[in-house]
Parts: sequence; C-alpha cells; structure tokens
Amino acid sequence: MTGIARDRISIAILALGGQGGGVLAEWIQEVARHHGWLAQGTSVPGVAQRTGSTVYYVELARQEGDRRPVMAQMPLPGDVDIVLASELMETGRALLRGFSSADRTTLIGSTHRIFAISEKAAMGDGRKSSARIIEAAGERSKRFIGFDMDAATARAGSMISSVLFGALAGSHALPFARESFEDVIRAGGKAVPSNLKGFEEGYVAAQGVITMPVEETVALPVPTTIAGQRLADRVADILPLPARANALHGVARLMDYQDAAYAGLYLDRLEAVARRDVAPFLLSAEAARHLALWMSYEDTIRVADLKIRASRVARVRDEVRVTEDQLLGVTEFMHPRLQEVCETLPASIGRFILGRPGLSKPLNRFFRKGRHVETTSLTWFLVLRTLAAMRGMRRKSLRFIEEQARISDWLRRVGDAAARDNALAVELARSQRLVKGYGDTFERGLRNFQTVTALYEAQVPEARSASDVRRWCDLALADDAGTALAEAQRQAA
Amino acid sequence: MAERSFKAEVKKLEAGAGEIFSGEGILAVTKALLQSGVAYVGGYQGSPISHLMDVFADANDLLASLDVHFETSASEATAAAMLAASVNYPLRGAVAWKSVVGTNVASDALSNVASGGVTGGALIIVGEDYGEGSSIMQERTHAFAMKSQMWLLDPRPNLPSIVEAVEQGFLLSEASSTPVMLQLRVRSCHMTGDFIAKDNIRPPLTVAQAAAAPKRDLDRIVLPPANFLHEHEKIEKRWPAGIAYVRDNRLNEWFGPGEGDIGIIVQGGLYNNLNRAQELLGLSNAYGDSDIPIYCLNVAYPLIPEEVADFCRGKRAVLVIEEGQPEFIEHELNTLVRRADLQTRIVGKDVMPRAGEYSGQVIKDGIAKFLRAWAPSMAFAETVQTPLAPAVAAEIPQRPAGFCTGCPERPIFTAMKLVERELGPSHVSADIGCHLFSILPPFNIGNTTMGYGLGSAGASAFRPSAASGDKRAIAVMGDGGFWHNGLTSGIGNAVFNKDDTVTLIVDNGYSAATGGQDIPSSRADNKDRVTKTPIEKAVRGVGATWVRAIDNTYDIARMRDTLREAMTTPEKGPKVIIAQSECMLNKQRREKPLATKAMKAGKRVVRERFGVDPDTCTGDHSCIRLSGCPSLSIKPNPDPLRQDPVAHVDNSCVGCGVCGEVSHAAVLCPSFYKARITVNPTGWDRFKYRARQAVIGFVQKRDDRARAARAF
Repeated sequence: MTGIARDRISIAILALGGQGGGVLAEWIQEVARHHGWLAQGTSVPGVAQRTGSTVYYVELARQEGDRRPVMAQMPLPGDVDIVLASELMETGRALLRGFSSADRTTLIGSTHRIFAISEKAAMGDGRKSSARIIEAAGERSKRFIGFDMDAATARAGSMISSVLFGALAGSHALPFARESFEDVIRAGGKAVPSNLKGFEEGYVAAQGVITMPVEETVALPVPTTIAGQRLADRVADILPLPARANALHGVARLMDYQDAAYAGLYLDRLEAVARRDVAPFLLSAEAARHLALWMSYEDTIRVADLKIRASRVARVRDEVRVTEDQLLGVTEFMHPRLQEVCETLPASIGRFILGRPGLSKPLNRFFRKGRHVETTSLTWFLVLRTLAAMRGMRRKSLRFIEEQARISDWLRRVGDAAARDNALAVELARSQRLVKGYGDTFERGLRNFQTVTALYEAQVPEARSASDVRRWCDLALADDAGTALAEAQRQAA
Repeated sequence: MAERSFKAEVKKLEAGAGEIFSGEGILAVTKALLQSGVAYVGGYQGSPISHLMDVFADANDLLASLDVHFETSASEATAAAMLAASVNYPLRGAVAWKSVVGTNVASDALSNVASGGVTGGALIIVGEDYGEGSSIMQERTHAFAMKSQMWLLDPRPNLPSIVEAVEQGFLLSEASSTPVMLQLRVRSCHMTGDFIAKDNIRPPLTVAQAAAAPKRDLDRIVLPPANFLHEHEKIEKRWPAGIAYVRDNRLNEWFGPGEGDIGIIVQGGLYNNLNRAQELLGLSNAYGDSDIPIYCLNVAYPLIPEEVADFCRGKRAVLVIEEGQPEFIEHELNTLVRRADLQTRIVGKDVMPRAGEYSGQVIKDGIAKFLRAWAPSMAFAETVQTPLAPAVAAEIPQRPAGFCTGCPERPIFTAMKLVERELGPSHVSADIGCHLFSILPPFNIGNTTMGYGLGSAGASAFRPSAASGDKRAIAVMGDGGFWHNGLTSGIGNAVFNKDDTVTLIVDNGYSAATGGQDIPSSRADNKDRVTKTPIEKAVRGVGATWVRAIDNTYDIARMRDTLREAMTTPEKGPKVIIAQSECMLNKQRREKPLATKAMKAGKRVVRERFGVDPDTCTGDHSCIRLSGCPSLSIKPNPDPLRQDPVAHVDNSCVGCGVCGEVSHAAVLCPSFYKARITVNPTGWDRFKYRARQAVIGFVQKRDDRARAARAF
C-alpha cells in the first residue's frame, strides 16, 4: 500500500465503450467487499457507450460502527487516489479533468493509441502527440505506470480490463493481496484462463518502467545483386549523406517497380537536384523521397503485382490470424475504370479510345461496376498475374508517358527554385504528397496539385515563398471538397 | 432481446425479508415496487431507465406468479395513460421513462391523471438524463410536477433511501390522491449498493379483479364540471394532505447541528455531492456530520412551509443547492420566507452556477463563495488547481459517439454522402436514435432534430418548388421512433398534407439506441409480445404509395441509387425508403456464441473480416471519411518513404462488408480485401484448396525468383 492512510479510496476508470470498463469496476468492488470494505460504483452510460469515452467511478470505504459513510457519485478533481485509463489519450483526459494529482494519485494508463475520428479522418497525418501526454502524466501523478496494454491484451488473448486489473494489483495501490484479485476473476467464471493471463501481463508490467508501443523500423536495404550494388555505389558517389537513406529506399523500390534502368533514371534526376542543393541537404533528401514515390505511381500493373505475391498472402494470413488448419480465401475490391485500362494500354491505343466518345462510351458500360476479385481463385490469380506481367510494356503505356511529363515539369520547377530559394524548392518537392491514391482520390489529388502549381506560377518569381506553397498544400489537405484551397485561389485572383 | 440480460439479477428480486439485496440502483427500485405490492407496471425504455424495463421483461415469470401486470408501452404517453387503472381502483401502479423527453410525451395523460386524482398509489419513475453523458436538452422535470401538481421525490442517492422513497411514494400518493414522481439521476440508476429486503407482496387487488368489477365515478373524469372541481380539490384537499403526509412522516431530513447562523437546503439527490464537497472543505466527515445545519429535500415538490420556516428561523443566510434552471425551489423559498416574515437571506444561483450539473467540485466552489460572504470565519483560503497546459490539452482529441463496428446504419449515411456529392446538400431532418450520430464526424449529416419519431414532421415545412431548384428535404427516422409516433405524426401527416419529402426509415429490428429492446417490427420471436409487424405495411396503410424496402443496407450502390431515385422521381407525395439490416450489436450477441460453439464442436464455420494492404494504401483516408467504423483505424506507415499513416482494420472487424462496398461505390482504392477464413474445413474444401495452391504456389515461386534477380 503506497501510503493511502485513509479509510477511503477513490478510483476513476476512463475507458472507451466496449473495453470492459464496467467489468473492471465490478471486479475492484468485489475484491474490496471480500476484504470487508464497502464498495460503490457508478457510471454514466447512455450514448457515451457507443465508442465515446466513459468514466466509471468506484469508491471503497471502511465502515466504523453501524453508520454508513456517505459515498460520492463522481470523482472530484484533486480527490482521486487511483486513475485507470485504457488508452493514452484517456490518460490525457484524466489529466485534463484534474483527476490525477501529483501528491496522491497512482496513475495507471496504457500508452497505446486508439485514434479518434478526427485523427483518422484527416487527409494526411492528423495524429496527436503522445509524448506530451506521457510527460504530463509523469508530472501530474504521484506515480505513473504506463505500458502498451493493447500489446499485452493481444499476447494474453484477453480484454484490456484484465490487464488493467493486473496492473492495479501490481501497483500495490490497494491494500489487498494479489490472490484476492485473481480469486475475483476466477469467481467471475468467464474467460478465466485468458483473463488470468492478461492479469499476469499487467501485474508484471506494473513493476517495470514506462514503455511505449514498439514501432517497427525499416532497415536500410542492402544490395543483393550486381546491378543493385552498382546503383548503391552511385548513390554514395553523387548524393550528400542526408539524402542517401531515402535514395537507397528509392532505388530498391524502383527496381522492384520496374527495373535497374528505371532506378538509374531516378538517380539521374536526383543528381540534378542535388547539384543545386546546399547543406544541410534537406532538398536532396526530400526530393529522394518524393521522386521515388512519384516514379512508382500506382497503376493497375503495380496493384496486380503487389496483390499476388507470396509475401502478401503470408502477411494477410498473419494479420487475420489464420491458423495452419484453417483455409484462407481473399477477395479484392477493384474498380478499374475505362480510364485506367486505357492508361495501361500503349499510349497510341489508349489515346485512340479515350479520344473517341463513340468508342469509349459503349466501352464504359463494362467498367461501371466494381469487381470482386478473388485472388485466391485460380482464374483471378492468373488474370492478375497477366496484368502484372505487363510491367515490361509499362514504358509504352499512356499513363507512363503522362506521369513522366508531370514529373519532369515538377522537377524543373524544383530545380529553378533551388537556384534562388532552397526552402522554396523543399516545399515544392514536398508538394508531391498531394498526388496519391486511385480513382476519384487520385483525380482530386492531382487537381489540388495542379491548383497549387497554378497559384505558384501565377506569382511573379520574386513574390514566391516557401510559406505560401506550404500553406496551399495544407489547405488542399484541409477538406476533401477543395473548399479551403478554392477560397485561397479566389483570394489570390 | 435486450442488450443486457438480467436473467441472473432477476433471481435477486425473489429475496425475502431480512436478506441483503445488492445490485444497481435501478434494480433496487424494481425490488421496491414488488415489496410495495404494485399491481401493474409499464414504461418506455431510454437511458438511464432502460434497465428497469429490461429487468421487468426478464422477470416475466416472477411477475406472473405475483399477478403483476407488466407491459412495455408503445410510448411514454401510453405508459402514463395506463395509470388510469389507479383512478377508480385501489391498484398500485408504476410507470417509468427517460425524462425530460419522456415526460414531455406523457404530459397530456399526466395532466389528466393528475387532474382527476388517484385512488391507488400511482408512481412515475423518471430517469433524469441531466448532466454529463446526457443526450437530450437540459431541462427540469420539476416544472411538470409544479404545473400538474404532482409530488416530486428526489431521495438521497443510496439504495436504502431510494427503496424507502418508492414505498413512501405509494403511501404519499394514496394519502393525497395524487400521482407521485420519483426522480432518479443517471448516476443513481447505475450505482451499486445494498439494502435489506422485504418480502414481495402480491397486490391486494389485481388488475384482473378490478376489470371484473368496474367502477365509475363521474367526478374523476376530466370533463366539465368535474374539471373545475378538480382544480379546487387539488388546492384545498390534495395539497394539504400531501404536505401533512410529508411532514408527519418526516420524509425530508435534517443533518448537522440543530442551530446555526447559516444553513444549507439541498435537493436530496445532491446530498452526497454536498457532503463530499463539505468534507474536502473540512466542514463535514465521511459520515455526514456536518458543521452547518442541513435541510435535505427528499421531497423536492411541494415544499413544506412549516419546515422551511423552522429551518430558516434564526439564520442569517441559507444556501440553496438546486440543480438546473429555472430555480423553482429558490423562488418558492423566497416566497415562504417572506410569508413567514423572516429576514433570512436565501442564497442560491448568485453563488452557484445558473446552469449545468452540480458536481462535487461545483458545489465545493459554491459553498466556499457562500462562506466567504456569510461566514468568513469558516471559509478556507482558495486552493487553485493548475490546469493542464493548453499545449498538452490541445493534444487530447474529442471522442464523439459514433456508430458501432459493423453498424448497418453506417452504409445508409455513406450512401447519403455519395448522393450529396451528386445532387448537392439537402436539408436533413434527423430523429432520435443511433442514426442521430450521423450529425457527428465523419458524416456531418443532419440539420435539426425535433424529438423522437418526429424526423418526418421536422421536414414538413420544406416544400420543394421550382424556384428552390426542386430540392427535396430528407428526413431520417428510426424504427423505434416510427412506432413511437412517427407513423402518424410523420408519414400519415406527410401523406395527408401531400408533402414532397423523402423519409428514410432505419429498420434495424430493435429499439437499438436504448439497449436493443423489441418493437412491433422486430424480427425476433418473443413469447410475450407480437413482433414481425412490417413497417412497409403500416406505411402503405396510412396512404404512402412510393415505398421502397431495401433488405440489405450494406449494399451501398443500391442504397445510393434508391435514394437518388427518391430525390429525383417526378412522383409527388412522400417518398419512403425502409432500410433494413439487423443491429450489429444484437446480431453479434446472438450469432457469436453460436459460431464459437460450432467451431469448438468441429463444425465448418466461415468467418469473414476485412483488411488493408499497407503497400497499396496511400494514406488519404477517404475510406474513413465515408465510414468511421471503429475497427477501421490508422497505423504508422510501414513504408519508409511514405509519411502519412495507412488505414488499418483491427481484429474487432465483424466483416460487415461496408469497407469493400464503399471502395466500390465511391471508386476509392484497391487496398481493401475481404478475408474468408474457413474453420474446420471439409475434405472437399481442402482438396480444392490444395489443387489451386499447387498452381498458384508454383507461379509465385517462379515470380519470386525472377524478382530477386532484378532486385536491389
């Protein structure tokens, strides 16, 4: 027991709907009652339970004599002994609501994230900063126990509530022995083995240091072929150090995407940019990133190629947790339109069809519906395999010609800017991030990119600035109807 | 079948005298009703009172054995009208609903029953959905008690007090021939605790016996001249009788010292918050030994003039802790103090916030202010809590409520969004129910909501004209709201008035938002109710002609096309689309245990879920903006060159299919896949799989080798 020398212990549980916060509140009360304490739990369900955040409040009290103590129905800021939070931002919310105080609160919170809809729906990266919450959690609690409970839950195959319960026991913030916690899980009779496993995970982690979810890092690619080695050497020869990591990834990506010659073209283009760059060579690094992404634009051939690889099937098996004795079938949702099909065809044929409404209109009928493509069936596998094999013809395709023209145009602008204003060139290089996706998404992205370019071109060279370009790109990503960017365009006109 | 089963808890209701009953507040109320010999119970579900209805529904056998009549009323008005059974007969009856909205719906019947008065005790249990977590307008039920002159109980929030309030409520009702309202705040409904039980009592007179020997008393019917008589009776007989009962049985309570310079008058339901606030200010202890005299109003209406005068006499100032506005009690106290010719200052909303929930913190701040003004010697130095730094606070995102994983309502709004892209935005009249979450991100659809079942009615003023571009308004209504009153007030009205609107009825098989209770159109078998009454028949029955039922809301393309047709068809009159797919929460509850059992038994089971290929996902998140499913999230991009997070489907996915349909209908991207996992495959399954795999595996190996040869 960490110094709660009172006859009352107040506990706030912050959870999301469906995480088992109610069960956890029940368990805590059971343990306390077993030890002769009075226990009261309250909560506010209602709509908050549908994916919103919910606060459960538990109060434990020791009774003296016949009189019952008066129990509160909600946590009071500054008067909470233990806070349990099932997710990092819920830990943050406990801080925001003043439930955790530096002089008394044991704060037990998961460090994993369940992203809120505002974070998920952003057109780029809308994620909030975890580091700030962790820092504040340490400052505003007597003791902060934080670890990735989602990972612990996955290892145990339990609900997160049992991990929290274990961490609570392991924190020794309650004056009850570990066995009584476990007895309550056993007495519950539901999913006992997995809950006990989750409990164990939580109990052990509570003894350790604060840990964040493990982030996967991607190692630098190592050449495995002579051609690869040659290109790697070239990267070292022609590019400044800060650009080399991205460039190596870029080379590996483009060899996989097309061939060594295409990766060579990438380095030629990059070299031209690097020659105009100055320390700290951010422009080269960013150009290496965005040029590689643009040159490996997603076309039908690429998608087909990625979908049928053995490594992809293995990844799916792993992700959906298929065991050895189970069979897996995979269906893709593809919606190739006539536009995309023509773009894959040799340029002359593609242009011929798209340029003749009399031809493209009736053909369009065949591409109006999305296709359910079962990649695990033999027929569809072979169809996709054939498509992927069109890689050899990619250079002749309409899309290839169009994209190379756009890339050259963009690089010319980056290069021109680099001669005068390095920061401006960096932002122009980064503006490639607007162009991504497929179908409608791609068209919207390209439209935005072209709008930004037009805005840029409309300015006199002396008036152009990095901050303008960055602002336009941010506006383009502010909403998917293009309202914000259109407004900027109106103002500029 | 309701969201939560109370089959286990129902056993507790059988507890006899002396046994300790422990459970939630709402369960304690249920037990108290049985201990009071209630003859009939009705009500309409809604947070925070849903569980009371669910408990009764699950306790059918027990109720039958006690000859207690229970029904899940069609609306709060239905439930209130049921109290008519207590007008002529000594039958105790109780009804329950979510307030203030339910009380609004019930108010016509409540006025009638309050006017004529009752013979048997009539108890109205209102779950007060006020403050944190509330989903409705913030108003007070208190006003209804005042205007109809019904008594309002607001007991201290502990189980023994609540149980006693139920029992006393019936006695008070009978002593004063007046219906009594029992107000339960959200937290009290879901609060755990215990009390010592009494035996259940079979009603001395059952509803069947009453029906067999009908009584008629013209004076009890609201019709001239009796209605004028009633008003006098209320003032001259029932009110004094009510006051006498409350006073003589000491339903209100006093705490702290007998004398004092200052005092506090508090609504019973806020007593615990008050004591905690005082405790933290050093003015009380855990057992409620207050340093300040406290008068606790377990009966919030009417006030007892003698008690008020006695309490205020000799005090310079009294703080009133009264949640919500207007401050009816404070007004009344001022009048009573004036009438008693006392000089006591009634201090209320001048130190307490005029609006909002009275949490412990709010009360603590209010008392501190009060003491600084009226008893500085008791006041402590202000303690200021340093708020979280704005830079940190800004990192904490809001979590608005949203549709559950796999919810069948989500694709309806996805389709609406797609139609909106084509035809431009329409005025959307929303209704009450889970579908109201459409007004929140990511859909942001819906302009107003006017009340339960009033979606269509809320759109009735919008008539398209050529000048406005013939744009039709869209109304959304749930099946719950439809049966509650939407059939008549919405569809019937639209047909009658030749409205030219589009109504989308979400038919998910349950009153889903309130916890999955059955309604007339539920597909479930229910031995106690009649279900499977089709909405389409009802709609056509009131004269709608353009009616389309879509039996699979996940078919987004069909949803979109039907909605587009409704928006553009030359046909006049209301257009009704009934979108039918089962509430996923309930479906999972029903099907998941069966699937698990079948898997364990070695039977062939196919489970489906979705996934995203991170190498084709470009991180635009259009799919999320058109769905918002909790299982569809984001994760760091595994691609070292890409920076935006990729979409990701987690293991809570139930394979509803929306992700795939969205990417088809909105022409998004080929990153989604559906995985079909065959558990316990048959021999034939395995053979087919192996045969396919032999060819596919061979090609894949060859391709891998070729790729390695040209790789980096």
